[in-house]
Amino acid sequence: MHYDKPPMRHVNSSSTGPGNEASISSATADPIIAFQEVTYSVKGRSAPLLSQISMAVNSGETLVLLGRSGSGKTTLLRLINRMLAPSSGQVVVEGKSTTDWDAIRLRRHIGYVIQEAGLFPHFTVAENVGLVPKLERWDPARIAARTNELLLIVGLDPKEFASRRPAQLSGGQRQRVGVARALGADPSILLMDEPFGALDPVTRAELQREFSELARRLGKTIVFVTHDLREALLLASRIVLLENGKIVASAKPQEFLRIDHPEVKAFAASLQAVPGAPA
Amino acid sequence: MTPWTFFITHRSEIWSATLDHIALVLIAMSFAIVIAVPLGMLIVQHPALRTFSLGLASIFQTIPSLALFGFLIPIPLIGGIGPRTAIVALVLYALLPILRNTYVGLTSIDPAVLEAAEAMGMTDTQILTRVRLPLALGIILAGIRTATVITIGVATIAAAIGAGGLGTFIFRGVAMVSDAVILAGAIPAALLAIIADLFLALIERRLRLQ
Repeated sequence: MHYDKPPMRHVNSSSTGPGNEASISSATADPIIAFQEVTYSVKGRSAPLLSQISMAVNSGETLVLLGRSGSGKTTLLRLINRMLAPSSGQVVVEGKSTTDWDAIRLRRHIGYVIQEAGLFPHFTVAENVGLVPKLERWDPARIAARTNELLLIVGLDPKEFASRRPAQLSGGQRQRVGVARALGADPSILLMDEPFGALDPVTRAELQREFSELARRLGKTIVFVTHDLREALLLASRIVLLENGKIVASAKPQEFLRIDHPEVKAFAASLQAVPGAPA
Repeated sequence: MTPWTFFITHRSEIWSATLDHIALVLIAMSFAIVIAVPLGMLIVQHPALRTFSLGLASIFQTIPSLALFGFLIPIPLIGGIGPRTAIVALVLYALLPILRNTYVGLTSIDPAVLEAAEAMGMTDTQILTRVRLPLALGIILAGIRTATVITIGVATIAAAIGAGGLGTFIFRGVAMVSDAVILAGAIPAALLAIIADLFLALIERRLRLQ
């Protein structure tokens, strides 16, 4: 179990160069994503949105960022594909700081799924899924083959769905297309920002089950943002808990609930909120 | 003289005035579109320019049209008597609806769609040409439609500064105190406006359906 209070880490924050130990990583191999003392603040706000974040994500891991609204989890996610750049510290993706990456290259290299899917309403399902390959100038036959393959992976029949528009899909189907689109150019990293948050509970549970299966099968590195502890426990190989822009806990799902921290307890309490539910 | 007999006896004159009127509107609208649509794209990124240009376009709209034609006459190069001055005034009138709709269309796109476009690794130009513009097209066209109808109406006043068009009959009719002559200009102008409106509405609906 790796748990520490953020103030403890400030003691050792004098070194600024790369190669700082990622203090809560349990990995010995090179991490695919590493945060090195990352602080992110915006002008006009006194408190930084993220402060002194150090963590590592290992290849093939499903890391779930858990936290309340405003805890900084989406900000953290957006630092990975350089939708945001750190105010200080650095985010290293595949051995290279995100600020050294060409932002466009980096983003096409990383899949991204958001709540409500954000599908392009004027594109067909196939055009949505084939977007990144098309931006990467694959030839049309290869794009078509890839699109078909991806639709099958996410459980949609290409014959029935390829030429539909997003408006002709249910919420769950849209989200499946969102996942397929993120996988377009076969990225090794997948970022997911509350992808199932807007779905009805039944569809959500269905997609969560299928997705955890899919994640295992594809062997992608996944960083998954949610405020739902149940979802975190189901999908994560590791849970990182954020509170007010700081990491307050990090553990495997089976150990997470045993952590003695008020925010963990607050989240644990949210699980038991249903009277009459099986314990 | 009834309006109908005047219409019949002057039909070739009315027809040529109608063509002049259409020419005025088409030329003015072409300039207005070429100025306002790119400007609308530009002000999405530049807030300072946005306030200035939307403000300026609004001011033009508040100037009574007859006064605007009058103001322009003494200005060198664009001024004087004739169609050129009239076209400048019509362009100034048509700017606001197109500019405002272009801006609104480009900025009222679902933020999730824009976030996804950015996250997929689209460049700013690709986001503009492949996402923002296609999605804003219906609203931009609605602005063009409004501007066209306004321009057809305002263009009748262009006759006051010698630009020709259907306004010629209206002004002549007012001077002669003849309803028949006024209607010979007013009815074709109204028909033009209705036809343009219906036609552009049809295209707009097509675009929105896609």
